[in-house]
Amino acid sequence: MNVRILLLLLWPVAASAQGFAGLGTSTDGFATPERPAVFDFSVDHGPHPDYRIEWWYLTANLQDDDGTHYGLQWTLFRTALTPDGGDGWSSPQLWMGHAAVTTPIDHYVTERLARGGIGQAGVTTAPFEAWIDDWQLSGPDFDNLNMTASGPEFAYDMDLIALGDIVFHGDDGYSVKSADGQASYYYSQPFYTIEGMLTLPDGDVHVTGNAWLDREWSSQPLSENQTGWDWFSLSLDDGKLMGFRLRQDDGSYYTSATWITLDGETTAYADGAFQAEPQGYSNVNGRQIPTQWNVRLDERGVDLDVYALNPNSWMETSVPYWEGPILVEGSHTGVGYLEMTGYE
Amino acid sequence: MTKAGLQALLSHWLRNPMQLFTLIVGLSLATALWSGVQAVNAEARASYDAAAQTLGEGQLAQITSADGAIPQSDYIRLRRAGWLVSPVVEGRLDGARLIGLDPLTSPSGMAPMGVRDESLSTDVLIGGVLFATQETFDRLKDHDVTRIVTPDAAPNVIITDVGTAQRLLGLESTLSRLLVAPEQPVVQTPISEVTPTLTLRAPQDVSDVGRLTDSFHLNLTAFGLLSFAVGIFIVHGAIGLAFEQRRPVIRTLRALGFPLHRLIALIAIELLVLSLVAGVIGIGLGYIVAAALLPDVAATISGLYGESVSGTLQLRPEWWLSGLMIAVGGTCMAAAASLFQLARMPLLASARPRAWAMQSGKGRLYQAVLAVVLLILAVFLGAVGNGLAAGFGMLAALLIGAALALPVILDRILAFGASRARSVMAEWFWADTRQQLPGLSLALMALLLAMAANVGVSTMVSSFRLTFTGFLDQRLASEFYVYADDADQAAALQTYLTPRVDQVLPIQFANQNVRDLPSEIYGPTAHSTYRENWLFLQATSEAWAQIEAGEGAAINEQLARRADIAIGDEITLAGEPFPVLGIYGDYGNPIGQVIVTETAFNRLFPEIRPLRFGVRMDTANVPALADALRDDFGLEDANMVNQAGIKAFSLSVFDRTFTVTGALNVLTLAVAGFAILMSLLTLATMRLPQLAPVWAQGLTRAQLGRIEIIRAVLLALLTTVLALPLGLALAWTLLAVVNVEAFGWRLPMFLFPMDYARLAIFAVAAAVLAALWPARKLAKTRPSDLLKVFSNER
Amino acid sequence: MLLRVTDLVKTFPGPDGPLPILNGISMKMTAGETLALTGESGSGKSTLLHLVGGLDQPDTGLVEIDGTDIGALDDAARAAVRRDKVGVVFQQFNLIPSLTVASNVAFQARLGGREDKVWIKDLATRMGLAEQMSKYPEQLSGGQQQRVAIARTLAARPALILADEPTGNLDEVTADSVLNLMLELAAETQAALLMVTHSERLAERMDRRLYLRAGRVA
Repeated sequence: MNVRILLLLLWPVAASAQGFAGLGTSTDGFATPERPAVFDFSVDHGPHPDYRIEWWYLTANLQDDDGTHYGLQWTLFRTALTPDGGDGWSSPQLWMGHAAVTTPIDHYVTERLARGGIGQAGVTTAPFEAWIDDWQLSGPDFDNLNMTASGPEFAYDMDLIALGDIVFHGDDGYSVKSADGQASYYYSQPFYTIEGMLTLPDGDVHVTGNAWLDREWSSQPLSENQTGWDWFSLSLDDGKLMGFRLRQDDGSYYTSATWITLDGETTAYADGAFQAEPQGYSNVNGRQIPTQWNVRLDERGVDLDVYALNPNSWMETSVPYWEGPILVEGSHTGVGYLEMTGYE
Repeated sequence: MTKAGLQALLSHWLRNPMQLFTLIVGLSLATALWSGVQAVNAEARASYDAAAQTLGEGQLAQITSADGAIPQSDYIRLRRAGWLVSPVVEGRLDGARLIGLDPLTSPSGMAPMGVRDESLSTDVLIGGVLFATQETFDRLKDHDVTRIVTPDAAPNVIITDVGTAQRLLGLESTLSRLLVAPEQPVVQTPISEVTPTLTLRAPQDVSDVGRLTDSFHLNLTAFGLLSFAVGIFIVHGAIGLAFEQRRPVIRTLRALGFPLHRLIALIAIELLVLSLVAGVIGIGLGYIVAAALLPDVAATISGLYGESVSGTLQLRPEWWLSGLMIAVGGTCMAAAASLFQLARMPLLASARPRAWAMQSGKGRLYQAVLAVVLLILAVFLGAVGNGLAAGFGMLAALLIGAALALPVILDRILAFGASRARSVMAEWFWADTRQQLPGLSLALMALLLAMAANVGVSTMVSSFRLTFTGFLDQRLASEFYVYADDADQAAALQTYLTPRVDQVLPIQFANQNVRDLPSEIYGPTAHSTYRENWLFLQATSEAWAQIEAGEGAAINEQLARRADIAIGDEITLAGEPFPVLGIYGDYGNPIGQVIVTETAFNRLFPEIRPLRFGVRMDTANVPALADALRDDFGLEDANMVNQAGIKAFSLSVFDRTFTVTGALNVLTLAVAGFAILMSLLTLATMRLPQLAPVWAQGLTRAQLGRIEIIRAVLLALLTTVLALPLGLALAWTLLAVVNVEAFGWRLPMFLFPMDYARLAIFAVAAAVLAALWPARKLAKTRPSDLLKVFSNER
Repeated sequence: MLLRVTDLVKTFPGPDGPLPILNGISMKMTAGETLALTGESGSGKSTLLHLVGGLDQPDTGLVEIDGTDIGALDDAARAAVRRDKVGVVFQQFNLIPSLTVASNVAFQARLGGREDKVWIKDLATRMGLAEQMSKYPEQLSGGQQQRVAIARTLAARPALILADEPTGNLDEVTADSVLNLMLELAAETQAALLMVTHSERLAERMDRRLYLRAGRVA
């Protein structure tokens, strides 16, 4: 889920109009990802405060007992104002949570912000716990988690069990984001099964499905010529596919993808192998957003028609973007999640 | 053809510029009065909003603790239990009020604009930045923080990040209170399970500012409504006259074959243009009025409530639009009836103006019945109505009912006068006055409402003043008040003061719910100060003695009303039952209050130590003690309050309130006076056929002129006398109904006969001034003009 | 001599300077005498009547009633003359609309302090107004209104009755009956009657007639 680094790198920039002035977009003073990537678990499931940005990003495709599709998002972002700093209220660490539930008709979103030094939000690793306010993603270890969130209109309480191992994107977890070499550390757990209750305005709904957790951290901004991205995570009959395209201001794209077999073998694909083309647009919140796509990875014989479960999956948060569940037909069938930014 | 018709209609104004003038001026004055009051209103309201935003406490629920300190861990516990609360740290820094907020969690709209723009910068969050006006900064010592001058910050208030506030105030890991966001998640653990020692207070509870200003604001709103009513009557009168005067032109045009619908359209357009012109002039006048009044209003509000209102006027769309609305809307309302009549008027109806002939008996009967129905409705609403809407409904029914009843009542009085007349002159005078009544009734209704509004508002403001100064005497019975910043300083202060003064009275209180209503529990020392100065609205015979013996409690009116507590009922304080022995007035306090004696208080709330002290001493020694406290003891000036100073200040504030009220009094009466002038001038030409025979039979023109003035005085006096009970009813409604519904306490009503007499003199003077010109004109009428009435060629 | 008019001149302002209406009129009337004033429209008949009645003032010349020059009097004294010595009946708008017929009839007499209730009742009966006394003028016909005006004038017993085409607005039958009553009652009270009229028939029933042409006695 490399592309999401852009979201957080953009966060301070986009938000500066609303008051986040003073956060630079350079890496000055922060640590930067380096090759080869070496991970130490469970420590690396926890925060890396010397990097500017980091997230725990979980999306899930769900179905209720009648077969109705739902989508769910639970995200915790961390950003640091400065590479080092004080404790308590003086801590430079800030946290942001996004939670959403998508039904074929409705899309519920809520956001939380927290200061890092006072215990309102954070991540610990043994046992694992990531939280902001009353939202949490926690369990004895990274493979067995309970997840809760609530907003003014919805809440959920989910249990997750990992049926496979963590997978690494790019070069063993070192994920390049542009031709200029910007990169992040990036790994995923795409094999969670998930079960639990959605509390919606019309009542509680029991759902099951599968979930995909992304972990990523970095300090580097986007290339100056990159305007946004379209990111796909797909769970198909015979494997899983993560792919994104970064849109550049000259109309060209930088793409990247990872094919994950059902037993966890990964193949990384460099720029150009993965292709995604909009097929249809929806008017969402006054913007034209592509909600039907053709997605191809020719080397794997993948040629898919992808469309949004609910075209109105707009995230009206501090940094607005589109994120929602998708349904897949074509050479393979399946479900997945789509994130699109930069369609301002 | 349209052009010819328009020319004919407009030529009337050219031939009669005086009528055009009165029409425009009447409309303009009505608009000016309305928009002037509205401008002051809108400006004051905008300033409240700004002030409320500066502190951001107006509309939010809050979580507080009994001792005013909340451990930071409780804040985290509440957040993790799903409560969207935001921390506030508050204290005094070099005498200024320092407020620390968390920009990430504070509900939107909390800080002033200038602060919000900067609030998420790295500097603000972790560096230490203060926001305040330059004036506030000028009094501040150096604290090694960045200062950002924010002109829209409230006076003497500094806004900063919560962490910075904790550091500057030395309050590590402690918060003062928590703001509760209006929108909360669906899943939450009850507060009582998370932090049992904390109390959730409903939005209005902490907002001592907003609710109090509302009370003054209500005065202005009431005045605005009344001025609207006065204005509508005047507009109605002016338009009605414009129609009547042009009946001959209209008849001629129709007789010449001008289509009726086009005629109506022409007149409608003409009136629209006239009303727009008059509206614009009126708004200009209103602006001048408001600009003249605003400095006083601003001073009144900031003095009364400590809120700052900018003393300059802005051209706010809400009031100039509403000004145009009254001009155009009032014209439409008035013109609709006249146009309807015109549409139904037979072609050959008399070209002679007949509006001022006796109103038909049937129409007057309807009017009387409607008036009675409205007055009964007012009484009904007053007796059984609930809520603010009922209060205002009662006001409306009362005023409209009274206005409609006025011509009927005056007619009866004049008929009675006529029946008692002995001399021929008296008989003619009564009969002629009665005949003129329909023509003058709109102007007299305006005078009635203006006078009633003045009586009502004067009574309300003066009652407010008496009550409030009495209340200050009661609450600020001590000569001198001091405030400590913390418990250690409080103890030192008490030790320092005790040998130097007559008596030190600790003031201590705890926040607690009484019958589920948020309340403050006070525990004053037993002392004659309270026995002598605290007056009960209701009490048992030995209330103070019993309370001092710990046998019971006294509560404020708000608590008694809201929880429906009567003398002898029991309330529970910290688990102990106390019978209620007295109920006292507590004006301006939005929440409940309970008084128990100091010993009982210390037993109930052992953890609370007083930080404030009342000091009984010789008034003359207060300045010396204040100097000593500052120089020897090191107490900040802001921590000392000289009671005499407060009282003098309060009185000066009320004096400014009176200036505003007085100016509005004169203005409304002037407008009503102009309505009378306008009516008399119009009547003057129509009255020549009525007056000429009297003159021919042996009265001089001078006599006729004098009689005109006497008539105006008589009508104004009668109207004034009728306005007095109406004004008192109005004041009573505002004080005893609307105020109770809006604020939970009833203002006692006092009567001010001298004020009423003065107002009556103003009203009569306005009527005399209005009658002077028409009377003089009549006295100077050339005999040949009078003789024209009889001329055969007419 | 009840009335003496000497060299009376009156002009009104016109578009091209002063417009002469009366150019030196002289005349006399004795008590109880009746005089018809006739002439073309605009010959100055009404103006002469107004000057004689103290309703307007002459430019030059004298109007003497009972030997008093009323042109030299102030406003109040002239009003007293109107009240006490003279009664005027106009063609229309004679009555005070806010008062009842009874009050109208008694008005001038009461103003002058000469109210005679018996006489007024008698007058009302003879004028056919007994049934109308509590009505208001607007409820009466034109002929009835004119009878009220005449009754009012006679009720005050003036020495001189001035009438300006009192029957001009009435049909012939009504006009005759109104005039007969007026002549009869004037004779009874020994009042002098000066009446402006266009009608030859009416003029013939008077003691004398005066014909005006262009502001002079012809």
